[in-house]
Amino acid sequence: MVGAGGIGCELLKTLALSGFQDIHIIDMDTIEVSNLNRQFLFRQSHVGQSKAKVARDAVLRFRPNISITPYHANVKESRFNVDFFKEFDVVLNGLDNLDARRHVNRLCLAAGIPLVESGTTGFLGQVTVHLKGKTECYECQPKPAPKTYPVCTITSTPSKFVHCIVWAKDLLFAKLFGDKNQENDLNVHSSDTANSSEHSEDVFECRKDEDIERYGRRIYDHVFGHNIEVALSNEETWKNRNKPRPIYSKDVLPEEQTKENGNEEKGCAADDVSAMVSLSLKNPQDIWSLVENSRVFLEALRLFFLKREKDIGNLTFDKDDQLAVEFVTAAANIRASSFGIPLHSLFEAKGIAGNIVHAVATTNAIIAGLIVIEAIKVLQKDNNNYRMTYCLEHPSRKLLLMPVEPYEPNRSCYVCSETPLSLEVNTQRCKLRDFVEKIIKAKLGMNFPLIMQGASILYEVGEDLEEDMVVIYAANLEKALSELPSPVTSGSVLTVEDLQQEFSCSINIKHREEFDEEKEPDGMLLSGWVEAPVDKDNNKPIGNDESTSNALPSMETLEGDKDDEIQETSEVVEAFAGKKRKLSEVSEVTAPDPSGPSSINQNKPEKLDIDDEDDELIISDDWESFTKKKKL
Amino acid sequence: MDGEELTEQETALYDRQIRVWGADAQRRLSKSHILVCGMKGTVAEFCKNIVLAGVGSVTLVDDRIVADESLSANFLILPHENHYNGKTLAEVCCDSLKEFNHMVHVAVETGDISTFGVEFFEKFDAVIISCCSLGKKKLINRKCRKLSKRVAFYTVECRGSCGEMFVDLLDYKYSKKKLEETIECQIEYPSFEEAISVPWRALPRRVSKLYFAMRVIEQFEDVEGRNPGETTIADLPGVLKLRKELCETNSLDESQIPDALLERLLTDTREFPPVCAIIGGILGQEVIKAISGKGDPLKNFFFFDAMDGKGLIEDISGPSTRS
Repeated sequence: MVGAGGIGCELLKTLALSGFQDIHIIDMDTIEVSNLNRQFLFRQSHVGQSKAKVARDAVLRFRPNISITPYHANVKESRFNVDFFKEFDVVLNGLDNLDARRHVNRLCLAAGIPLVESGTTGFLGQVTVHLKGKTECYECQPKPAPKTYPVCTITSTPSKFVHCIVWAKDLLFAKLFGDKNQENDLNVHSSDTANSSEHSEDVFECRKDEDIERYGRRIYDHVFGHNIEVALSNEETWKNRNKPRPIYSKDVLPEEQTKENGNEEKGCAADDVSAMVSLSLKNPQDIWSLVENSRVFLEALRLFFLKREKDIGNLTFDKDDQLAVEFVTAAANIRASSFGIPLHSLFEAKGIAGNIVHAVATTNAIIAGLIVIEAIKVLQKDNNNYRMTYCLEHPSRKLLLMPVEPYEPNRSCYVCSETPLSLEVNTQRCKLRDFVEKIIKAKLGMNFPLIMQGASILYEVGEDLEEDMVVIYAANLEKALSELPSPVTSGSVLTVEDLQQEFSCSINIKHREEFDEEKEPDGMLLSGWVEAPVDKDNNKPIGNDESTSNALPSMETLEGDKDDEIQETSEVVEAFAGKKRKLSEVSEVTAPDPSGPSSINQNKPEKLDIDDEDDELIISDDWESFTKKKKL
Repeated sequence: MDGEELTEQETALYDRQIRVWGADAQRRLSKSHILVCGMKGTVAEFCKNIVLAGVGSVTLVDDRIVADESLSANFLILPHENHYNGKTLAEVCCDSLKEFNHMVHVAVETGDISTFGVEFFEKFDAVIISCCSLGKKKLINRKCRKLSKRVAFYTVECRGSCGEMFVDLLDYKYSKKKLEETIECQIEYPSFEEAISVPWRALPRRVSKLYFAMRVIEQFEDVEGRNPGETTIADLPGVLKLRKELCETNSLDESQIPDALLERLLTDTREFPPVCAIIGGILGQEVIKAISGKGDPLKNFFFFDAMDGKGLIEDISGPSTRS
């Protein structure tokens, strides 16, 4: 089992009850309070301990005679190599991020071991089975890319609350409390950008001996007042949009009032510092007024400087950092107020900023039961009966649990069908480093790549490399592709491998001079690598965070170990429309015929029950791939 | 809804589920009282789910003494003689359930549930019955229905790779958001007795075979005076005979209740843990929906068969309550 979180706890319990005797479980996380509403093997007293270990101990209590081996480790570690995976009869995933799933997928393919994948969010869930050569691998179907927003939407023309959150978190918070050397799109200069001279100061630098109160108001006025005025001066931008209004602290919070801010922090520890407590704002579900948000903004900022000075300069936003959440909520709300966007409570803002996945125990329990049913079939080599099962919130044709036959492998899958990829790139400008980071690691999901052209190794990562090779590779990273010792030009074919995943693929290189800055910001275009269509808002990397996909059929676990992904119901329902269509083709010829000898239906295969009244015309989105796909 | 707010502890613990059903629903859950009778594997799963969800209280009824077989699909019972020796199923499960959530009051009620008066059931918002005879199911359902307050009634039964669940929410009104509007919904449920009395020929053509199979076995146990779950493959001839009679009375073709299906149900009478998890999960969701007033409750039977992997809803109701 990989994952001992929401699905993992339910799965381990059901496996043990079902008679599985030898279970290994890998999970890198420790237990948090918010896990306890569903990860029932854990108690309050276990907070901070390893999930894998505590889960094991809990299950041994009611099944003392089975063997459970826990690993408090990251499944991507090199010790979990192909040989490790070969030891198992089946691998069951209860993960919450795309990266780890792809990694395990490749290892299972390399080891030839069946993989049962799963995911849940709220009331939705699914289980899929993957057998090398027989069914699709996990990567045969496209996975939606994470949602990102164009820079200008974030910096100048927000229209949704999430845009304000991204601004508050990735720009303002980062600028004030994060790494000062990081590039940041926030306008920091007080003078007109057109005439910015070297003498214009960085407003965000706290002046010597400056009162924190003063500083806070200065920042407030700069980002909510001055910057808005600057934006307003560009008429073009606002021709078809509602204009924002500048907000100044003196208008919202006249000076004297702020002096009354806050109860004295009764000597609380740095960790517990909270603006809400200080201001007696009790309920995180309340939507604060502009005045209250402004108070929180100033108070949070003050508390950061007063009580958490040592953190400033190296903070990244953490949803479990109360003060950070308060600050980001307040900042986002003030900006939203300025742009006429509805305000949100701290509870809601935290969910958006922290990409919190909503989760309940029941869905995980159902999915765990379905996983075990498939796992048993795998052990029995019941090849004709594997199923993918979807757990729906609303029934479709009376079905809440909908089984679907698995599909044949995708002939164009670069992972399991070894189809080559193509890359368009400016070989004279693009450095090897960019190629490695943006394509090999980010898009292809390789962690320890080896890149070759013919017999020449251009780059590799490893523990036992010779010194001089390490030097050469480091130098290669800084060279443009066409200037490498073995020059990479149009027509070159590169072979890329990840030795740990035992996965290799080839990439055909094609030189192209120009790339569109907005649409192709990386300056590279990879094709043959199937990526699902993303929101039209997708342009640049300022995003509301990492990992992954959340639409059926390739649903991410929005569950378990780390709460990462946001669910979007409409995407789910849409992607599902395609699935319905395929189900209507499923005949029960392959299922054991329950009719006995006395049955009239003896010689006829049983058909799937379909309510004629319900017949809707459902158009599959991916009609092309649908017609190409074949059932097992 | 009264203005009480969730405590800080509740907000922290229930954060992830509040994001699913909202703070209001969570408050309603915390004030609800659930009665559960028949502590086998599926019900153990269900109890785990609702205790984690944060209901106000769970009252367990099962005076059967714990025996070795009890442990087969019930993770609430720890296999140490000292732990369960001489204790009832309700007592042992109660102790384990308490650990999942200190904010939920878990208690045991002793006695034969069919002897409890109508006023006893008034204390509860939902009653879940399992491992009970046909007579008991009908009786308790009737008692619940006599009350002026709505007491949601559920039965659940799992045999081998199959499971069945029944829901009776009486006259259920709730509201839901569709796009920007709030729409009022109303569903009328038949009682268990009314539902199973619907003539088989009056049911939609493709009703799940499992429904009929369960009714045959249920009738058999009733007629033969067997305890629920004690019918085995040795009884197959008798069961097939009863099937024939019932099909004749109901003008239903016997092929609608295949031999193989009945055989399966009689061969593996023990619960299968994955099915317990699935049915216990669906049941948990349904009770949470009914208590919180959020979400479309299912009407009125749910079936799962691990053989075909379908989890389906059947509306078994007479013309007056047919949706």
